[in-house]
Amino acid sequence: MNTAAACRDARRIGRRTFLSVSATVTGGLVVSLYLDGPLAAQNPGQNTAVAYPPDAFVHIKPDGAIVIQVNRIDIGQGVHTALPLLLADEMDADWSRVVAELAPAADIYRDPLYGIQMVGGSGSIAHSFQQYRELGAKTRAMLVAAAAERWKVDPGQCKTENSVVRGPKGQSAAYGELADAAARVPVPASVALKRSSEFRLVGKPVRRLDGRAKCDGSQKFGLDLDLPGMKVAVVAHPPVFGARVRSMDASAARSIDGVREVFEIPLARGTAIAVVADKFWSAKQARDRLKIDWDVSAVEGADSSQLFATYKELARTPGKVAVLRGDPKGIDAVAESHRIVAEYEFPYLAHTPMEPLNTTVRFNNDRAEVWAGSQFQTVDRMAIAEVLGLEPEQVLFHTEMGGGGFGRRATADSHVQREAAAIAKRLVGTPVKLVWTREDDVRGGYYRPMHVHRIEVGIGRDGMPAAWRHVIVGQSITAGTPFASMVIKNGVDSTATEGVADTHYDIPNFHVSAHHPTPNVPVLWFRSVGHTHSAFVMETLIDELAARAMADPIAYRRTLLRPDATKLRAALDLMAEKSAAWRRSLPKGHAVGIACHESFETGVACAVDVSIEKQRPRIHRATVAVDCGLAVNPLTIESQFQGGLTFGVSQLMAKGAITLKNGVVEQTNFDTYAPPYIIDAPAAVDVHIVPSTEKPSGCGEPPVPVIAPAVVNALARLTGKRYRSLPLVTI
Amino acid sequence: MATYELTVNGRKQAVTADPGTPLLWVLRDDLKMTGTKYGCGIAACGACTVHVGGVATRSCVVPVSLIGERPIVTIEAIDQDPVGRAVQAAWVSHDVVQCGYCQSGQIMTAVALLKHTPKPTDLNIEESMGGNICRCGTYVRIRQAIKTAAQQL
Repeated sequence: MNTAAACRDARRIGRRTFLSVSATVTGGLVVSLYLDGPLAAQNPGQNTAVAYPPDAFVHIKPDGAIVIQVNRIDIGQGVHTALPLLLADEMDADWSRVVAELAPAADIYRDPLYGIQMVGGSGSIAHSFQQYRELGAKTRAMLVAAAAERWKVDPGQCKTENSVVRGPKGQSAAYGELADAAARVPVPASVALKRSSEFRLVGKPVRRLDGRAKCDGSQKFGLDLDLPGMKVAVVAHPPVFGARVRSMDASAARSIDGVREVFEIPLARGTAIAVVADKFWSAKQARDRLKIDWDVSAVEGADSSQLFATYKELARTPGKVAVLRGDPKGIDAVAESHRIVAEYEFPYLAHTPMEPLNTTVRFNNDRAEVWAGSQFQTVDRMAIAEVLGLEPEQVLFHTEMGGGGFGRRATADSHVQREAAAIAKRLVGTPVKLVWTREDDVRGGYYRPMHVHRIEVGIGRDGMPAAWRHVIVGQSITAGTPFASMVIKNGVDSTATEGVADTHYDIPNFHVSAHHPTPNVPVLWFRSVGHTHSAFVMETLIDELAARAMADPIAYRRTLLRPDATKLRAALDLMAEKSAAWRRSLPKGHAVGIACHESFETGVACAVDVSIEKQRPRIHRATVAVDCGLAVNPLTIESQFQGGLTFGVSQLMAKGAITLKNGVVEQTNFDTYAPPYIIDAPAAVDVHIVPSTEKPSGCGEPPVPVIAPAVVNALARLTGKRYRSLPLVTI
Repeated sequence: MATYELTVNGRKQAVTADPGTPLLWVLRDDLKMTGTKYGCGIAACGACTVHVGGVATRSCVVPVSLIGERPIVTIEAIDQDPVGRAVQAAWVSHDVVQCGYCQSGQIMTAVALLKHTPKPTDLNIEESMGGNICRCGTYVRIRQAIKTAAQQL
């Protein structure tokens, strides 16, 4: 274990003995900004609920290297670069010397707004923007104070740049040589932050800190972990969610070389058989040879086609009210010839992050050590502690780099971690890496829930919607979880209605309600959550209304947007401007599709150039504009939007559905559930950012919702058909 | 179990494994070379791509017993090749990666493409890269990086 890790461990278990840690553990290798108490204790009069000591976040080494702890996992979204960048800018640090580390699970690394350590809701920058800037500014102030004291000058006379403090008479000292003295300076209660004109890094395109390591094979992900004596486990999961093992014959499995243990474990739902072997291939071979008799009698066997039929029936009746504006019967006043009735179907979707799910646990009776790519460290650590009969503080939880996540590493029941802990509990002292195969992942549940939407729109004389009745049917993601009280209001899970209930279009006589059936299929948030389906419904219907009114789709949207939809309007206008030239000169057989949608407080507008090739949509180009407030790292934003659009194409893929028959998932791997390949993705994406100095909002999820409706709006122009069932099996 | 002498990145390495063990797991679990990734196990995602005898190969479905004398090159040594260096440099300069998990396979596939087709067309790129999944959707930047690397060579 390296020194920095040892220091963090000390913090983790709550022994705030930093000065002694500094003297003994670091052994001169690492000189850190250690503080002997939390800020709040030093400044009891301070109002802020939580104050963060810089030492938990930044270590300055004598050679000038600056190690910054990132308080949440990076699953590709780029916080591993962006949060250090915010801190380093305020600190006036030499960016070339900054090293980012993913922090372990600890209270101090909880998301300042959510209160747990997590990645979700596109909150990484939005929530930690102020926090990391203040940490950087405080660290800088302490370094300046140390230099001023050395030179006997007023701190106000000192300037900082590139990890150097400069005094009024030409004195200079590098941060590395000041770190020791700075550790003894009181932490300032408050500091002035830079004006946006003073930023040196923020707002400029900065390459990822992990870019090189992810191109030469040296970046380690959770699945790459190798510990002395480590074993590998795979699990034979029940064929139907929640089923239990009645009996098994493991004789053939045990005959495989390298197999150590085969035993039954409890799951979050049902039971399963774990196989532990020296290596993955032995474990998998053994699993394939298990003969298990499953008891499925007590569990419901969900069936997609039956569920759709049931959902469609439900959609004909009003559900629990999500929003009601104006006259709920307003639709009845509109002549039938001026109504559109539309029914939409959305299947279950699997996240399929490229790194299959995994967790490594070593259990030593009175403590445990965990390595996991987790979007929910606080929750997963508590779950592991519970399984092992420990307190969370007895579980040292390392955050591993995540090979994609998209929500899949953020489960309220920590089912993967519980499995890993249940296995490790049997092999005391032995680290065990639980590996979910791709088949486990595709068939393992925790899907974006399937949905049916039924909408009746009454069209006014001006061609604008005059009444809108909208029923949404789909499982609640949060029911039965600790998140329910925050998310479910009046029986409506807002993760199912978001994007409709809070639409930025000004629609009178607006009635949105929801039903939440409870079939036996585990569901989960999937990148952009409810917006995956709600934006598709809204943006295809609005497009249809515009076409019916023979209006320009951009102008129609602009007219219909509420006056306070400033971000969405700004994005729409910028997209219109930047795409104007190519939209005017489309080749024959091509059509343009438009969509705009705001989610996670970020406004996004998109235009796509689409043709049909081999019965599939070919996306030649996408122009996307975004208003996300201040753009912290425009290069990351560009990447997130390019990639997020492609992620959004997933639900158009011909093999883009998870379906169940008699409780069994019909897809198994990428041959039957296929995410977009290069040919399916937009061939070119130009991203334009609305200039802004407003507080930053998220960029991880907001790119996803717009592309699918934009593409089918283009297809509608080519074929004359409206597409209301996903995936897009035929055109 | 049998013993195989493999040439991996120019070094002879003896491994003892079941003949059916895919090369991927020999690399990862026996030789501890984890730059080559497991993504699907059925040659449908390309994360496990290595060069076997100079050919981009899905190591997750090739049994170790079928490798024979053919030299294996993995992501860990691709910088020893001028095309590999150019591709890696282009990947870094275009800031291609996001989660990065699939990128070893993407790079290995791109290097094989450029070795056979130094000036690839868009169609060449789509065909060669067509079996590699990037769930983060970095395809636009992958296209750009391949073109940049081709210009450098």
